Amino acid sequence: MTVLLRIENLSVDFHTDDAVVHAVDGVDLEVHEGEIVAVVGESGSGKTVTAMSVLRLLREPAARVSAGTLAFRGQDLRGLSPRQLRAIRGGPVGMIFQDPMTALNPVLSIGDQIAETVLLHQDRRDRKAARARAVELLALVGVPDAAHRARQYPHEFSGGMRQRAMIAMAIANDPDLIIADEPTTALDVTIQAQVLQLLRKAQRETGAATILITHDLGVVAELADRVVVMYAGRVVETAEVHALFGKPRHPYTLGLLASLPRMDTETDRLDPIPGNPPNMASPPPGCPFHPRCPLARDICRTERPALLDLGDGRRSACHFHEELA
Amino acid sequence: MTIQVEVLDEAVPRRGALRRFRRHPVALAGLVFLFLVVLAAIFARPLSGHDPNQIDLLAARAAPSGEHWLGTDSTGRDVFSRLVFAGRVSLGVGIASAALAVVLGTVLGGIAGLLGGWVDGLVMRIADVFMSFPSLVVIVVVAGILGPSVVTMVIAIGLFQWPVCGRIVRGVTLSLREQEYVLASRATGAGPMWLLRRHIIPAALPPVSVAATLAVAQAIALEATLSFLGLGVQPPSASWGNMLTDAQSLTVIRTEPWLWLSPGVAVALTVLAVNFIGDGLRDAVDPRQS
Repeated sequence: MTVLLRIENLSVDFHTDDAVVHAVDGVDLEVHEGEIVAVVGESGSGKTVTAMSVLRLLREPAARVSAGTLAFRGQDLRGLSPRQLRAIRGGPVGMIFQDPMTALNPVLSIGDQIAETVLLHQDRRDRKAARARAVELLALVGVPDAAHRARQYPHEFSGGMRQRAMIAMAIANDPDLIIADEPTTALDVTIQAQVLQLLRKAQRETGAATILITHDLGVVAELADRVVVMYAGRVVETAEVHALFGKPRHPYTLGLLASLPRMDTETDRLDPIPGNPPNMASPPPGCPFHPRCPLARDICRTERPALLDLGDGRRSACHFHEELA
Repeated sequence: MTIQVEVLDEAVPRRGALRRFRRHPVALAGLVFLFLVVLAAIFARPLSGHDPNQIDLLAARAAPSGEHWLGTDSTGRDVFSRLVFAGRVSLGVGIASAALAVVLGTVLGGIAGLLGGWVDGLVMRIADVFMSFPSLVVIVVVAGILGPSVVTMVIAIGLFQWPVCGRIVRGVTLSLREQEYVLASRATGAGPMWLLRRHIIPAALPPVSVAATLAVAQAIALEATLSFLGLGVQPPSASWGNMLTDAQSLTVIRTEPWLWLSPGVAVALTVLAVNFIGDGLRDAVDPRQS
């Protein structure tokens, strides 16, 4: 499989008046054509920031982004001019945002906002064609009576319908890569399943690779081919989805899975991971997970574990991954 | 069918604004008065029945009469005719310079807010400089150097009034650019100009229209001042300001009140009317005023 997106050693620092927050600290990520990669982790683990830096959407210079490699279809994204970047945003790379309540302009009709995406990347003068395409896209994402609803405003749409409209915008220009940033987090549980189904359908029809950012392991199991687990701005484990759920090779992943409610055991209590994620302005030395880790030993407090290749496409950043094998 | 739905949807928020404006009797009165002034300016010729520049020395300094409604000036020109023709100039200068100020302010304020950083700093410092200068003095000097003309005056007034509008648009931009839908729009490939046109200017339009109205009032007053000082509209063309020049003599003030009273009242009432309209608009476009 060809590599579509390659990120190597990505770091993002946010400079505030009194601290430097290392939101992302040396992340490696690869996305192959057509696959769905889930990026999971707690809030603040750097998932969204990683995704935003692909499209260079972070506000520089407040955010300082550095990367060894940041390449999409072999093209280096780091040296692109603003115009070249705009051609990629919304074109070959589509993005879906977490909260469809705020990601749509309340005073523009849904159809106009979808047409905007089309206009930005195709003939700007052909508004009629763009509107027709917007209606077509709305129908494609399962909005009933699309021609009528395209003229409605966001407040006339339910949350699920708005997220469908966002997905329509993301796939408007037949992308090669869709970045979905917690696409179901803001939705009702009953709607989540529908939106996930739609995402899978959109992914199949466009053949686009998808980066699915989520903290919901249920979503991961449902949709993903491969999983990247992030903690404290670093990748701690990557694996094919079944392998990860079957046998995690990092204590953090293990803790995440153990904290899930299960149908097949007789316990009433969940097992949370003790403690809290570290403050990224002053992360702990060594392995950032050691204060919460049941396997932690002296070496964990001093030496940062490398992300080691374990074979079979698995990688783990733990000194003691062999004990978990 | 399709078009009807669109019009209905768009009309709903505006209908509220219209209702709030109608509840402002002073603003409504201002609007009616301004409408009459504009009509008079447009139909100046048939309305007055006299050529504003026709000298008739035999009828000089005549008091108001059936023939000359507001009397004549020292060269026998019909004052009413000059008054309505002057309305064209005064309103034209007011609107043109306010338009210039609004366009400059919107573009510069929007760019400053959107790009931020040193661009923002530079634009806003320039705005500060313009706002801290006594504009009248600078315009007097510029008019002195370039020679007085209507175009110079419009540009000068516009240049000194854009910061008001610029600050408003910058403020709106700063609050909008943190909105997720602006980020979403950037993520679909929108550049700064697109964001400005599609998201920011529509949102800034209500406060800007208020500022624009008030700018028109200020510009009319400023035009009158400059023309009074002989630095604006040049005779023989009439403007309310240069008609007031006649009132520089004490004899005229005492014995021929029709010469200065009518342009003075015209300026005062027009500026007042436009200001009232601005106040009414401000309340109308603020949806919190129910």
